[in-house]
Amino acid sequence: MDLLRFSTAGSVDDGKSTLIGRLLFDSKGVFEDQLEAAERSTVNRSAGPIDLSLLTDGLRAEREQGITIDVAYRYFATPKRKFIIADTPGHEQYTRNMATGASTADLAIILIDARYGALVQSRRHTIIASLLKIPQIVIAVNKMDLVGFSHERFLEIQRDFQPFVDQMGFSGVQWIPLSALNGDNVVTRSDVAPWYKGPSLLEHLETVEIHQADLGDDFRFPVQFVIRPNLDFRGFAGLLAGGTLKVGDEVLALPAGTRSRVKQIHTHDANLPEATAPRCVTVLLEDEIDVSRGDMLVHPQRLPWVRRTFDAQLVWMDGTPLDLTRPYLIKHTTRTVRVKIAELLYRIDTNTLAHLPAQTQQLNEISRVRISAAQALYLDSYAQNRTTGSFILIDPLTNATVAAGMVTADQPVDETATRSNRIDRATREAHNGHRGQAIVLDGSDRAAQSQFARSLEARLFHRGAQVIVVDDSAVEGADVLAVVQLLLDAGTLVIVDLPASDTTARLALQRSVAERDLAEVSIAPDVATTEAATAQTVLWLADRGVFGTYTVRGPGADI
Amino acid sequence: MDTSAASRTHLQALEDESIFIMREVAAEFERPCLLFSGGKDSIVMLRLAEKAFRPGKFPFPLMHIDTGHNFPEVVAFRDYRAAQLGERLIVRSVEDSIKAGRIVERPGQDNSRNRMQIPTLLDALAEFRFDAVFGGARRDEEKARAKERIYSFRDGHGQWDPKNQRPELWNLYNGRIHAGENIRIFPISNWTELDIWQYIATENLEIPSIYYAHKRPIVIRHGLVLPISDLLPAEPGETVEERTVRFRTVGDATCTACVESPAATPWEVIEETAVTRITERGATRVDDKVSEASMEDRKRAGYF
Repeated sequence: MDLLRFSTAGSVDDGKSTLIGRLLFDSKGVFEDQLEAAERSTVNRSAGPIDLSLLTDGLRAEREQGITIDVAYRYFATPKRKFIIADTPGHEQYTRNMATGASTADLAIILIDARYGALVQSRRHTIIASLLKIPQIVIAVNKMDLVGFSHERFLEIQRDFQPFVDQMGFSGVQWIPLSALNGDNVVTRSDVAPWYKGPSLLEHLETVEIHQADLGDDFRFPVQFVIRPNLDFRGFAGLLAGGTLKVGDEVLALPAGTRSRVKQIHTHDANLPEATAPRCVTVLLEDEIDVSRGDMLVHPQRLPWVRRTFDAQLVWMDGTPLDLTRPYLIKHTTRTVRVKIAELLYRIDTNTLAHLPAQTQQLNEISRVRISAAQALYLDSYAQNRTTGSFILIDPLTNATVAAGMVTADQPVDETATRSNRIDRATREAHNGHRGQAIVLDGSDRAAQSQFARSLEARLFHRGAQVIVVDDSAVEGADVLAVVQLLLDAGTLVIVDLPASDTTARLALQRSVAERDLAEVSIAPDVATTEAATAQTVLWLADRGVFGTYTVRGPGADI
Repeated sequence: MDTSAASRTHLQALEDESIFIMREVAAEFERPCLLFSGGKDSIVMLRLAEKAFRPGKFPFPLMHIDTGHNFPEVVAFRDYRAAQLGERLIVRSVEDSIKAGRIVERPGQDNSRNRMQIPTLLDALAEFRFDAVFGGARRDEEKARAKERIYSFRDGHGQWDPKNQRPELWNLYNGRIHAGENIRIFPISNWTELDIWQYIATENLEIPSIYYAHKRPIVIRHGLVLPISDLLPAEPGETVEERTVRFRTVGDATCTACVESPAATPWEVIEETAVTRITERGATRVDDKVSEASMEDRKRAGYF
């Protein structure tokens, strides 16, 4: 049996609570004592026959005011499926509750009153469902009994609303004419509308395909907790947020850029050969690399955006409006960092999708903002991955959750963005196991210098380093600088062997290469004992920290 | 459980959600603890904690607030299970709080200690400076619970404000609190009674014997089947009979009713639960019938 989570948005006027009450009641998800309590309340309030909406409106304030003011979760199961309903109020001032309910839903039910057709409220529910990327919607045209189950009326509503729905990008849309009050087409198909050939609401809920596509194909594993009971077990526990992981896969750890392979996919029940999102697993790696909570394991070829500046849609959830001058905390996967809202780009009219100019953002408003974070985040667009594309904002003073955000598919071009699209130097250096370094040789005897260069190159190479000699037979003059910089970007050890007379290239290197990237080695004229000299040079490079900050793999481990 | 990649059952989905929540709390809080009573929901919680943290130890102790009105089978099971897991169990008792003058027993007939355990719980949280407390409450139990968050924020007095709950979106839980505040965590919020029984069955979980059919002296009072004991004597005029019963919850022995049932295995209980027409609390909790909002009132005061 699988699990379908769906949300409903609407008010008592729409008959939403009645619809859920009917669904629970007719599918036997309501128990006698709950019904008894609803009956007692109805008697207390003299509201006629059993008011099914009383089954769902839980808090005293709601019962007193006759409205639903929060998200309530309801459960029922049929022999085919288990269902979790996130039941939310429908008025504009409860947009945040709607967004909350929608955030985990596989399907949304949009209620339309057959007498009035699609109203502003129906459009808003549809827009919110679309913004939160709920894949499936059901458009339930309720109170069909009040229009005599007229096919004409149903078609009219459909003609009016369908073009709007088509723009929203849902992967499935099902229209159902029904009467929650009488139970027509809710659980069983009714014969009052013989023109309707589709499923009842429950039949549809039981059979609609559940998409896991919203987690994407790219492997994403935000590390949640490190389990280390003893020296032999160091497991990274977390929820697979995207794609599939297999034992033996190469993974890259962000932000360190270090690579390793998957040694074991541990669960308390068994070790798995592979695991697919969403699944809680504990990953053990071949190498002892530095990974902790908030880091992310990914496949080296399928990197997320690594960005500090990015655009997102923001649903404001707090009574205090957005303050562009204040810092907030962002919680994105298992990572929490400081951010500022650098720019409020526009507000989105939740009734029309129009972009409106905005100075600030109030409770229940949705806007597009540019966020600037203190540290890089590992992001996908919300359309690609509902987990790595979503976040919340927290007020660091009150600790309140003030906003929910969704990373947009289009992002501004900036320097951090271009970095993220390629393998950067740090990643390459981590891969190589050492820093990039220009080793400029300076000797009066050119032959001895060249011999030393080859000897040093061989020594470093056989110890697993990425190393190359650049000399004047390959490049000359100003070109030397460009080549050396390119090689440094590749995280390479570059041995620069130039004649003493080539001052242009030497000066260019001294001026333009960062000090920590430039090591100058003087070669004495009697350097016949290259063996000892190269060994000494390697030690000297190690002292400079060229190898020290990385876990060195393979034969190079002892340099 | 079935661990193949292809099949993902609703239990698997619920289990993953609960494991995720437990790890999130362990990572973000300094001093969590897990309330363990020996009841079936907290037994499921312990299995979920094993799944979340083994081969490591639990990153939190277990705690029981002993009302002094517990069924002896359940208390014995509590100690047995904690020892079997090799995890630390803290017990704090309402009896001690009464002796220390922190609680005054209410006069009259209502000797339920559901409300009386609140000060003991709050004292224990202060004593150990626990900042996050796992509870095994489920949203299907009661209407007020249906709206409670998974991270249920409590102020410095342990109180719940239902109108001012933090929004909870996706699986992004906000666990930030100020000193003195704490958060109650309900990792099995989305489980139903049936899910619990299915999990007990598929995981082969041991539970106290009184959850299964056994013979016991009972009276029928207000339509409820009440187990007769020193804590819950028969009233004048009531007929005590021996019936085959089982418990659906094992709370306070003065106010926990049982149901007539021959179910002797988890699968038989599942068969009964799948067709049952009365919620768990409705069938067995005398104190929830007091008013429509009684749970909401207790929770506002600091109850789980």
